[in-house]
Amino acid sequence: MTLIKTKFNRRSFLRTSALAGGGIVIGFNWACSPGETVRAAPSEWFDVNAFLSIADNGQVTIMSPNPEIGQNIKTSMPMIVAEELDVAWEDVIVKQAPLSKSFTRQVAGGSGSIRSSWTILRTAGAAARQLMINTAAQQWDVDPKTLTTEYGVVKNGSKKMTYAELASLAVMTEIPEEVPLKDPKDFKIIGNSKKNVDTDAIVTGKPLFGMDFKREGMVYATAMRPPAFGLKLKSFDDSEARKVTGVSDVVQFGDKIAVIANSTYAAMKGQKALKAEWTSDGKLENTTDHDRELRKMLDTKQDTPRRNDGNVRGAFANADKVIEKVYEAPFLPHNTMEPMNFFADITDTKAELIGPIQTPEWTQGRVAQLLGREAASVTMDMTRMGGGFGRRLYGDFALEVAEISQKIKKPVKLVFSREDDMTAGTYRPASKYKFRAAIKDGKLSGYHLTGAGVNSGSVTRENWFPAGGIENYKVETHNLRSNITTGAWRAPITNFLAIAEQSFFDEVANEMGVDAVQLRLDILERAKTNPVGAIDYDPDKMIGVIKLAAEKGNWGNAEAGVSQGFSAYYSHNTYVAEVAHASMRGNTPKVDKVTCAVDCGIVINPDAAINQIQGGVVDGVGHAMYGDFSFVNGTPQASNFDKYRLIRSKEAPQVDVFFVESLNDPTGLGEPSLPPAGGAVANAIAKATGNRVYNIPFIKEEIIFG
Amino acid sequence: MAIYNITVNGEQRQVDVDADTPMLWVLRDSLDMVGTKFGCGIAQCGACTVHLDGNAVRSCSIPVSAVGEAKITTIEGLSEKGDHPLQEAWREHDVPQCGYCQAGQIMNAAAFLSKNPNPSDADIENATHTNICRCATYNRIKAAVKTAAANM
Repeated sequence: MTLIKTKFNRRSFLRTSALAGGGIVIGFNWACSPGETVRAAPSEWFDVNAFLSIADNGQVTIMSPNPEIGQNIKTSMPMIVAEELDVAWEDVIVKQAPLSKSFTRQVAGGSGSIRSSWTILRTAGAAARQLMINTAAQQWDVDPKTLTTEYGVVKNGSKKMTYAELASLAVMTEIPEEVPLKDPKDFKIIGNSKKNVDTDAIVTGKPLFGMDFKREGMVYATAMRPPAFGLKLKSFDDSEARKVTGVSDVVQFGDKIAVIANSTYAAMKGQKALKAEWTSDGKLENTTDHDRELRKMLDTKQDTPRRNDGNVRGAFANADKVIEKVYEAPFLPHNTMEPMNFFADITDTKAELIGPIQTPEWTQGRVAQLLGREAASVTMDMTRMGGGFGRRLYGDFALEVAEISQKIKKPVKLVFSREDDMTAGTYRPASKYKFRAAIKDGKLSGYHLTGAGVNSGSVTRENWFPAGGIENYKVETHNLRSNITTGAWRAPITNFLAIAEQSFFDEVANEMGVDAVQLRLDILERAKTNPVGAIDYDPDKMIGVIKLAAEKGNWGNAEAGVSQGFSAYYSHNTYVAEVAHASMRGNTPKVDKVTCAVDCGIVINPDAAINQIQGGVVDGVGHAMYGDFSFVNGTPQASNFDKYRLIRSKEAPQVDVFFVESLNDPTGLGEPSLPPAGGAVANAIAKATGNRVYNIPFIKEEIIFG
Repeated sequence: MAIYNITVNGEQRQVDVDADTPMLWVLRDSLDMVGTKFGCGIAQCGACTVHLDGNAVRSCSIPVSAVGEAKITTIEGLSEKGDHPLQEAWREHDVPQCGYCQAGQIMNAAAFLSKNPNPSDADIENATHTNICRCATYNRIKAAVKTAAANM
């Protein structure tokens, strides 16, 4: 049990009449699933704090503060509150919280929702539970310490009062200043799988997503944007676009042209009928140019290396053998299944925005700046997101729709076609890595990594594995500036760095004649017992997942015809190791299965966690195998799924997931299973075929895939 | 613009749209049935899958003028109470992550199972290969189709 200070004050406790429509029940459908008994509707709700309300019928509404992007925090965050509140999960109604100062870090990104909200969510539940206890203690005139709770009931021996009964009385009780948190060993909800709270709505086709949002009097907009990076609008002719049935207006905003219509299709048709002329305002870049420049950078010294332990120059000069390999990856679009879209209604007196956004608060501020208004005057409501993968961090679409609505003075929903979505930018940066290893007396004596990326900032993580485990260790990074917009893409930087690094370790192990797992364990042992310099990871946890994956994946004991590849990576505070199992289908290898070991601390919702990890692995395999995106004269060379290949059902390996048992505070799962996947696949392919892949997408390696 | 009389989920509906308007947008914008999703617009991803006389089709690529007397079924009309064996199996396996493609996945699988009620694992892989899930929930999609087949 831990005592923790609360931050809830008296004003946060409000009584709301359900019948008066005090905001609490609006939008909630009381009908339960088919066959379930419908309980009496509550007549009063008591808002205990920003996170939760208790009704006089025993139901509890718990707010999920963060944007839901498919990481299932809309289920797992309320589970944490419910655990400490000590109610039955069946009595919980989950709602998406509004953007509010009552919450912190309402962001979907960096696999950080659970990690950064863990204590806050627990405290919110625990404070409400303590309030119920204190209220009951007053009623019974006993010491609160003698009371216990279970499933929404406060108990004093055989005497019982429900939270439903206590909620109205609790209005008069002081909010506790300090509350106990449960011992994780006593968790009843956390650690027990709960179904995604939105699955029922998803499988029956209910409106949930930004794309589904509608408002009376709303019009639809699409926008034509410059077709290449480095172009700006010169002139346009909208006469044909205006003839399209349903098109009501065409407006220029910046270098873009919006088509306004009474339906999505009419707006899209109108956009196709626009004729625009573009003029160059910068260099029109080519992938071949990027490749040449990045390769040059790999052979260039960084003025101040990111890290330089020991004597790397000496280690290489004295080496018995030097291994040097270069790995290359292209830009990648995010390709969320739900294309970008957003709703805005901007008038002189209000600015209302609704839609799928990973960064509601930041975007609210930017919209306010655009409109020249106070941030507090801009409302930003979050819908469920049809995927994000980083793309919906950027909010460009919300700024666009705000500008359009302001110009046309109407409520409007902006919709991107798939082509708009894939070509509008904010890609995973293209990057390359050169790894060098020095081998002396059968030991890895020196390690030198140089990375270079396009608009990528640093492309290295120099204080993570293998930092601390190699005596002479140097890391350099270069950034190539470009007018192509780049940004975070699921597991930024590490989504390729891990593939390259973990492929390289396989090659080093082969050259040294040691087992690939043992090589990693040896480096980690050094990092653990006698680290070279400071490190930002826990070697013990990394050793833990490596051993678990090796055990569960039967490493080194593959069945006949199966080739294994190993990979391990730490990112976003979570440790993951994977064994890929490949077999030959005719002349080409196929990954049939990936065994995955994960240390993410306490697992909140195990089945959902497994789902997330499976998806991350298959996503990692898919983009390593097929991810391909290039530019000619600033123009993206793919704009839809006929030219851009995403992994599909038959190509997806079975993913078996195992967790390291842990009582440590939970970390995140949205990203960490992705980075190691491509390396495990590359290593399994090398084992199966004797040929190694160095470039993404793997499928283009003709010697392997024909 | 022209008037089209179409049958959606057993009901006669009348819409006044251009002849080339894809069924997807008739459903979503004219009829307020947004369960059918827009993904690519060129029949590549399957998010917009509906049934036309029981066959799985890509509603983004079928103009309203081509529908005629054919009966359209959408995710909203797949079952009266949302309890089609596939919908139940999707709940049991807790398939969705973001959820955006899942209505299309279910509609695609429903047409498949109606024609092949006892599929092999390879049949299921082939049948589900047509629809993209960007969250890559393929392990669960396949498992849920298998469960639904067993329960039908």
